[in-house]
This record gives sequence, C-alpha cells and structure tokens, in this order.
Amino acid sequence: MGGLQKKKYERGSATNYITRNKARKKLQLSLADFRRLCILKGIYPHEPKHKKKVNKGSTAPRTFYLLKDIRFLLHEPIVRKFREYKVFVRKLRKAYGKAEWTAVERLRDNKPGYKLDHIIKERYPTFIDALRDIDDALSMCFLFSTFARTGKCHVQTITLCRRLTVEWMNYVVTSRSLRKVFISIKGIYYQAEVLGQLITWLVPYQFAHDHPTDVDYRVMATFTEMYTTLFGFINFRLYQTLNLVYPPKKLSALSASLARVVATAEEEEENQLDQFPADGEDLENMEAREKEQKEQEAQNRLFEGLKFFLNREVPRESLAFILRCFGAEVSWDKSLCIGGTYNVTDETITHQIVDRPDIDKQYINRYYIQPQWVFDSVNAKMRLPVEDYFLGVTLPPHLSPFVEEKDGDYVPPEKLKLMALQRGEKHVQEEEEDDDDDDDDEEYNDEVDDEDLTEEKNLKKMEDQRSQGKTLAVKVTPGKVKPWETGSVGNKVRLEKEEKAEEKRLAIMMMKKKEKYLYDKIMFGKKRTTREANKLAAKRKAHEDTSKAEKKQKKAKKQ
Amino acid sequence: MEEKDDEGESVCRPVQPEGLFMRVKKNSIPRCFSTRLLTRFSLSPSFLSQDIRNTVGNIPMEWYQDYPHIGYNLDGKKIFKPIRNKDELDEFLDKMENPDYWRTVHDKTTASDIRLSDEQVDLVHRLQKGQFGDVNFNEYEPSVDFFTNEVMIHPVTNRPQDKRSFIPSLIEKEKVSKLVHAIKMGWIKPRKPKETTPQYYDLWAKEDPNAILGRHKMHVPAPKMRLPGHEESYNPPPEYLLTEEERMAWEQQDAEDRKLPFLPQKHSCLRAVPAFSRFIHERFERCLDLYLCPRQRKMRVNVNPEDLIPKLPKPKDLQPFPTTMSLVYIGHSSLVRSISASPTGQWLVSGSDDCTVRFWEVNTGRCMKTLEVGGAVKSVAWNPNPAVCLVAVESTVLLLNPGLGDRLVVSSTDQLITSYEPPEEDKEQAVTWALSEGPEHDNGHRLTLTHPKAVKQVVWHGKGDYLASVMPDNSSNLQVLIHQVSKRRTQNPFRKNKGLVQCVSFHPLRPYFFVATQRYVRVYNLIKQELTKKLMTNCKWISSMAIHPGGDNLICGSYDCRLAWFDLDLSTKPYKMLRHHKKALRGVAYHKHYPLFASGADDGSVIICHGMVYNDLLQNPLIVPVKVLKGHQITHDLGVLDVTFHPTQPWVFSSGADATIRLFT
Repeated sequence: MGGLQKKKYERGSATNYITRNKARKKLQLSLADFRRLCILKGIYPHEPKHKKKVNKGSTAPRTFYLLKDIRFLLHEPIVRKFREYKVFVRKLRKAYGKAEWTAVERLRDNKPGYKLDHIIKERYPTFIDALRDIDDALSMCFLFSTFARTGKCHVQTITLCRRLTVEWMNYVVTSRSLRKVFISIKGIYYQAEVLGQLITWLVPYQFAHDHPTDVDYRVMATFTEMYTTLFGFINFRLYQTLNLVYPPKKLSALSASLARVVATAEEEEENQLDQFPADGEDLENMEAREKEQKEQEAQNRLFEGLKFFLNREVPRESLAFILRCFGAEVSWDKSLCIGGTYNVTDETITHQIVDRPDIDKQYINRYYIQPQWVFDSVNAKMRLPVEDYFLGVTLPPHLSPFVEEKDGDYVPPEKLKLMALQRGEKHVQEEEEDDDDDDDDEEYNDEVDDEDLTEEKNLKKMEDQRSQGKTLAVKVTPGKVKPWETGSVGNKVRLEKEEKAEEKRLAIMMMKKKEKYLYDKIMFGKKRTTREANKLAAKRKAHEDTSKAEKKQKKAKKQ
Repeated sequence: MEEKDDEGESVCRPVQPEGLFMRVKKNSIPRCFSTRLLTRFSLSPSFLSQDIRNTVGNIPMEWYQDYPHIGYNLDGKKIFKPIRNKDELDEFLDKMENPDYWRTVHDKTTASDIRLSDEQVDLVHRLQKGQFGDVNFNEYEPSVDFFTNEVMIHPVTNRPQDKRSFIPSLIEKEKVSKLVHAIKMGWIKPRKPKETTPQYYDLWAKEDPNAILGRHKMHVPAPKMRLPGHEESYNPPPEYLLTEEERMAWEQQDAEDRKLPFLPQKHSCLRAVPAFSRFIHERFERCLDLYLCPRQRKMRVNVNPEDLIPKLPKPKDLQPFPTTMSLVYIGHSSLVRSISASPTGQWLVSGSDDCTVRFWEVNTGRCMKTLEVGGAVKSVAWNPNPAVCLVAVESTVLLLNPGLGDRLVVSSTDQLITSYEPPEEDKEQAVTWALSEGPEHDNGHRLTLTHPKAVKQVVWHGKGDYLASVMPDNSSNLQVLIHQVSKRRTQNPFRKNKGLVQCVSFHPLRPYFFVATQRYVRVYNLIKQELTKKLMTNCKWISSMAIHPGGDNLICGSYDCRLAWFDLDLSTKPYKMLRHHKKALRGVAYHKHYPLFASGADDGSVIICHGMVYNDLLQNPLIVPVKVLKGHQITHDLGVLDVTFHPTQPWVFSSGADATIRLFT
C-alpha cells in the first residue's frame, strides 16, 4: 500500500481560511481590539467558494478570514500599541485607586498614542487608490462634523472633521470640480470629479441628531479615526496640486476663495486638448472628448457673472458651496454668519434665493427664486427658466441626476422635457399657464385635447417601443394584421412572423439546462423591469387624469 | 371675597392666602389648617390652657374608633370623645355661621376643635410664606468675625522653633543631587510639548504603483453605495410616491424584505424637509458592511440572451413532418388507450375504455367496424404481416380478423389460423388458447388467449408470428409471455422477477428483446438466452418505449416528463434527455421510414422531433424538435395517451383522453 494516508482538510481551501475566533486567538487580542485592527487595516471576511469544505464538513454559519490576511496582521506595529494602551489603562486605574495623583498626572502625560500614516500608505499605495475610496470617508466626516459636543465622540474629532470637510469644500470650489447635486430626503448628495474620479458624498441636513441607542459609536469612531487621517493626507495632496499651502487659514465661512489667481487664465490654458492627427474611430472618440470638454467648461461657468443673495431660511453652507463652485458671487445677511460680503440692499444682486411663500420688500431688478432652481440648473448644465421657481409657485419635481435610463426603463416626462430643453428645442407651452379666465372655454378645451392627444401619442409610442422590445425578447405573440397590410401580403408577413416565433420556441426547448436557467433568469429580470416601468407610467397617467379633472372642475366653478 | 385689612380682630373673614385656599380645596375637608402643622408649633404653654394631653402617642387614631374614649390624659384618666360626632350638615352650618371657622382646627388626638389665636394664625402665615417663625429674628444682621482679622503682636503659643527647620534636609539633598545627576547625564529630559493637531504631509511623494502587497491579490474592493434614484428626492414626480395600499404593504413588510429602505415623501419646499431619522443608522450599517460583511468575487454574466439560444437547422429544411390536424376520428365514448395502424396504412384500429375496438378507414375517418370485447381495451396491435389484429382486453388477448380490405388477405388470414395442427403431446401452458366459434367468429374473433392476470400490453414481432404480452406484477416471475401463433405455443422467457415490467419490444431486425422495468431497460438476446445490456434511463418511471427501425437507437418516455434517447452503440446512458413536455409522457413512436419521432404527453400536445440517425458510426444522431401539435383536450388530467405514425406517410395519429383520435398530416 505505500505512501501516507491523506487526511481530510489538511490541504486545499480548508487551510487557506481561518475562523474569526481562531484568528483572534492567534493574534492574542480581545474582540474589541481585533475589530479595531480589522477596521484600521481594512481586513474583511471572505466568503469561500466551497463553504462546507472550508468549514471541515460542517454547515454551521461562520465567517472566515483569509489566513494570509491574519498572518499579515501578526507583525503589525499597531498591535503592540494596543497592548501598551491596555497596560496604560491598567496602571491608570491602579493609580486612581491609590489616589496617587502625581502618578496619574505622569501617566496621563505619557499616554501611548499611535499614528496611522503607515497603514494608509500600505492600504493605498497610490494616491488615485486613496481618492477612489474616499466616498465613505467624506460622508462620515460630514456626519461627524454635524455632531453636537455632547460626548458621543471626542470634541477634537468633531473639530477635525469640520476642518477637513471645509478644506475639502474649498478645494472643490477652487478646482471647480462639482458635477451633480441632489436634494434627497436623507440629505444633500454631491458628486465631484476630482482627478478623473467621480466622488459622491452625502451631507445630512443641519439638525440636531436624535442619537440612536442601537448604534455602536466606538466602531464609527474607529472608522472616523482612519478616515480623518486618510482625508487629511488627501487634502494635503490636492492642495499641492493647486499650488496652495496646506493647511489653509480662515476658511470656515466658505466666502473667500482660496486663491483667486489660481483659476481663470492658467486653468484654461491647461484644459486645451492637444490636437493629434487621427482618423476613423479615434477621430470620433477625439471629437466626442472635445465636445465633452467644451460642455464641461460651459458647466463650470454656469453662474458666472451672477450675484446671489441667500435669505436666512435657506441652507446657507450648501448653497454657497454650490453657487461658488459654478462661479457665482454669494452673500448673506451679516447677522446670520460672518463672511457676507454685500447686503440685501445691493442693487447689483441678480438673484435672491428665498424659501418662504412671500417676501415683503421686493426689488424689481432681481429674481426671487426658490433654492431648487440652483440644484436643477446644475444638474441640467444650463440655467433653467426661472418662471417655474418663483416665490409661491408649485415647484416642478426634483429629479435625481444619478439615474441613467437604459432603453426599456421608465423615463419621467419631466426628464423628457428637460432633455428636449437641453437639445435646444422650444419649451412646450404648459397648460398651467392658460389658467387665466380671458380665453374662451372652447379654445381651452381644444388646446387641452390637442395636448392630450400629443401626449398620449408620445406615451403610446414609448409604450410601443417598450413593448416591442418586450415581445422580441420575452414571449412571442402572434403578430397583428395592420390595416395597410391586409390581404395576401399581410398574411404572408404574419405567417412569416409566426414561423419565426415557433422556430424560436422550438430552439428554446432544445437549450441545455444550465443555459435555460440563465436565459429564464435574464428574461425574468427584463420582464420585471418592463412591468415596473409600465406600472409607473400607468400611475403617472392616472395622476394626470385626476389633476386635469380637478382643474376642469375648478374652471367650471369659476364660470 | 371680601377684604378688610384691619389690625386686631375683625368680624369678617380676613384675607386667605392663596396657598391656604388651595390646600383646603385639595383635602375637600372644609378646614383651614392642617392639624399636623399646628401640633408641631403647639408647644407654647399658653396654648394648652386646659392641658388635656393624650398619652397614647403617635398612633393611628382609628384604633380607638370603636371605643367611647380616645386615649388617656397625664393622670391616666380616659379622655372621652364628644357625645355626638359632627356630620356634614353640622360642618356646613358651622362653616356658614361660625365666624371663627377658618381659624378652627380639629385635633384628632383629643377629638376637640381648637380655635387658633391671632399669634398662631400669624405664625402659620409666616411659615407658609417661607419666613422665619420668630418675628423678631433678623436674617440680615451684619456678620461678626469669629476671629479678628487684625494681626496680633503676641503669638498664640510661644514655643521656640525646632532646629531641623533651620538646617537643610539630608534626604532631600540626596534626592535632588540624584535628579541633578540624572539631568546632567541626559537621563531626564524636559517633556516635549504635546502635539494636539495631526500632522499631514505628502504621503504619496514616492508612490510606487507596483507596490501591491501579496494579500492584495485576493483583494475585493468594497462596492460603492448605491446612488439615489428619483424616489429619494424631496420632491419626486408623483408616480414615485406610494399609494395607500403600497404604503400599508411597505409598513407590514420586514425591514430586510423592503425594496426601498425608506418611504418616498413629497415636500412642497426645501424649508419643510425634516431630518432623516435613520441617517446615523445607515452610516453605521455601512460601517458594519465594510468590516463585517464577507466578500466574494462573483462573475456577472454579461450575455445577450439571444446568443444563448442554440442555432438549429430550420424546421423548413427538415420537411416532411406533420404540421396540421387534418382528421378527427370520433366515435369512442371513453378514453382511447391505444391505437395501431395497419401495415398498408389504409386502416387504423383503436381500443378504448368503453369496451370496444373500432376499425377506421384512415383516409375518410369512417368507422368501419365496432367490436364489443367485454372489457376495457388496454392495448391493440396490428400484425405487421397479414391482416390479423390483436387486442388485449383485461385478462385476455384476442386475435381478430377485421375482415377489411382485400378478400384474399382476409381468407389467407383465416387459413393461417385454421391450418394449425395440434401436437401429439399436449403440454401444460401458462395461457389457454381457444378458438372462437359461432357469432363471435362472424364478428371476427379468431383466437382467445386467456391470461392468468390483466394484460397491459401486447406487441408483435416484425415477422408477425410471435407476439409478446405483458402482465405487470411485482411479485411473480410471470410478467412477460411470448406466444407463437402458428403453433399456438406460449413460453415464459424469464425465470426471475427483475422488477415491474412496464413495456416490452422486439428488435426489428435481430433476435433481441427489450424489457423496460421502472427505471431500466434490459436488452436480452433471445437465441443465447442472456442479458446483453442494461440501459440506465435516469428516469423515475418509464411509461413507454420505441425502437428505431434501424435497431441501434431507442427512445423512452417517462412519467417524469422526460424523453431519453439511447444510442445503443454509444453507451448505456442516454445520449440525450429531452424535457420538452410539461407533464408525464404517455406514448412515444418512431416513424418507419422518415427520420421522425413523436411523443405524446398529458399536457395534450404531441411533439414531433426530427431524429436523424447516420450510418456513419462517428456521427451522432441529430435531434431537432420541429413541431408542437396541439388539439387534444385535457380531460381528467389526461391528454394524449398514445401516438403512432402512419407506416408510409409522414403522418401521425394520436389518441387522447377526450375520446378522439386525431390525424396530423
């Protein structure tokens, strides 16, 4: 018989993974320390491909770490610091117990601390790597900077987060890299393009937090510790790219620009694309890129030359940030916050942003608009007509700029309208405007009917398109005889269609089991999306019908 | 309330302070002062003029409820209660009439009413206002130092100072010198000022894009947060808001099952948007996901579904095959179990559960003959050679001469039957052979084979002399019988029971015999009398079987909706499993000449497949489904029960549970 007997689970994937408890024992750390270490070093569990093999035949639910990861943690210098800290706490407790106050003071002075620089460098070997992963860091720092100093975390952390976020916003303003903004019910989303990376973050509304009890703030604090370090280094590097000194001074109000010199002439020069001799596809690509570049530049100058004044009820910081990102001048009331550069009485103000139904004293030479105009304009990459956003006007829906509809998806009619506007087509006269009672009823009706018709046609067209896609892809229904195709020709066409459909059905029957499963899954997904889209379209239609009926009723009552 | 602020006694009620009034109301006893308050300050001797003090102490006075007395005075004499207790009316009258009522207090311990003097009332008022009880007490008196603040010339004690207070301490000197030494040696250094703000620098000054650690090979970056859609907007389009029912459904769902983790809301303006209550939760959950969630790389299949569909030859190119239903043979009144076409293709025989066997003319759909056979017909089979037809009825097998068509064929058939000469020695046989006579003979009955058990299937050998009958029975070895008609001999080929036999079949060319049990098909060599092959069908329960006219291929239909195609030269496992039907298969058939096979199932459809078998052994058979034929109605969950091909034309017959037979051409 020769050879050693092979034992189970002594080679292969079973030896590549380690359970959490075993890892903890190997590292000789408490669970809290292990958790902290994992957070700081970015170690996460892996899902093995064959869980039962890794779990040595058991199917109990366990989380597995890669053994390599844990080995890698073994010689992490920070582990020693954790132990030192543990000893420090023990000594301190003892000194307290003995009431040796000098010892307490001495220990306090020599409190062991640690730095995360090397970990950041190790986790993100290149700057772009770090930038790619900054979304969560931004959101977290913005959240922590809104915390009250009530002991949920250290005050230093809060001030540091605040400082870093303000620095970040100033960078975005100076580099003009904001792309999209979105007011959601959670907070305000921003998306910036920094060095070619799309970075999205969420800022909560400025309210006191109702701190939940079922959240472990230690975990969040550990994350924030790591994020602030990362974020500081990134800010440093970003400021360096703009030839600015870091840390900057006096920034908190977001009013003064970092260096007015930096932008403008220099940047434009830089942004000119070099012309390369190219042909065919390359040329097309090049053209597309050039076009994009131009659009980008146009968007960056969206509000240039405009002078805004923020009323006290609008969110000052976010609006000032957005407006300044696109080249506008912004000011606010002096009593609200420092940094306001001009007063309400300034005659050169072009837009005043107001979020109340009415305002007492109005100047003739400026627009009084609601804050949504700013957000919608930024997303549309053009200054939208201000009429829809005047005081007391019912606002048009605020759409998410992050949604990119594929064919077959539902597109809200507002988006279609906006797209038409962007293409330069004329703004369709809205029926809300003919609410005045001077035009006679019939005309009104006709107009409405016409619009109804066109709208319905559009809807139908959309639906047809969608359903066509659906019929081709999902199931085969016998083709219908169209009126202009009656007779033998139509029959032929129909027969051909039917034949094709049957062929396909038979071919599907012959599919392999695996492929059939995949095919069914894809088809199921497609069907679901179309169903959802149809549902939304139907809902919209119902809503419009009811609102129209109400309007007509009102009109009838008036007369 | 009347007010008369006079010094001294006044007849009218004096001012009642607010607090006092409140207290009266609360107790709902029309009494002005609480007794407790008074007893605490009632120690002045002038107050107790008659000095009846109760000696019972601080006990609940209810204990004396049932006694005439209320306690004992200092002399140990009983203190008696007043003769009559005041009731509500007395109280009221007292309240209205007695001008001193407001300053009267009931003492529970002595059960007597005490009228408070002016000083006492004054005291109570002062206490209620939070003032000192003593009128003469001045709380703002100038303070007098306990010790004088002036330095005195003379010391308090005149003890001379110790010597040790003049000379420096040796121990201290030692300590200091040690410290000085340590400082000189550089052992003790001044404390560094603490860095409070973190220091940032250009961390990536020397970045090395190739410096990827070993562990990063398996690195799975965390997916980014989902970007918000229209429904998350503070002012979404109206179609994204939930209706009332949807909202209810959302609320009833578990938090994990919800498609949206929040309720879409519409606010008329930005000012009205409240804080999102789950903001910190969501951030925290993200943190948990980042460090606790196991990660795995999953390959997303990015495939066009059209590409998954196999490219098959067009059915048009594989013609001829039956495409349309042309004839329906109506006449049976119950399910038609079995059909069989005559070798010439002119006639069709069918057996049904209504105990009749019917003969049809194929081209016209006319029922030529109906024979009552006294039992449900399980199987019919037309003899491949002459015009003898065979019918299996419950426990008998009948040989019929239909008497159709050419007179010569009919007479030759009869001759074949009558030419039998009984052998010299009569052997004991498993079945009894009986010749029909009389009216039965006129009807066409020729021979009756009485079997011991119910016969399920009969099948002819290709030459037309032998026939096999199946009596499925799990417990005995007498399941399959082979009969020879010319010699009227019956034999049982198997000694052992190998499982419930479902159907049997003869090889069309060679002396092989196929027996299908529940899960396997066994192939026996009849000459060598041995098992040559055992085919694993991978089915749960075989229902039917058909053998390709070439003899090298075989199809099996099963009750678990599958059809297995075996290439006997290739393997004992199926070459292809077809799952075309949605329900149990009942019948399968090969065409004699065309490369076609058909399967009928309980879903009421007959599927025709092109099954080309090549002579070249290297080329596998080509199987392409070409047509799904529908027409049979499903009755009692049964659809098509049997299918058979026309012997010469590319036509297929199917019999169904709806008592019809249909011809597809």
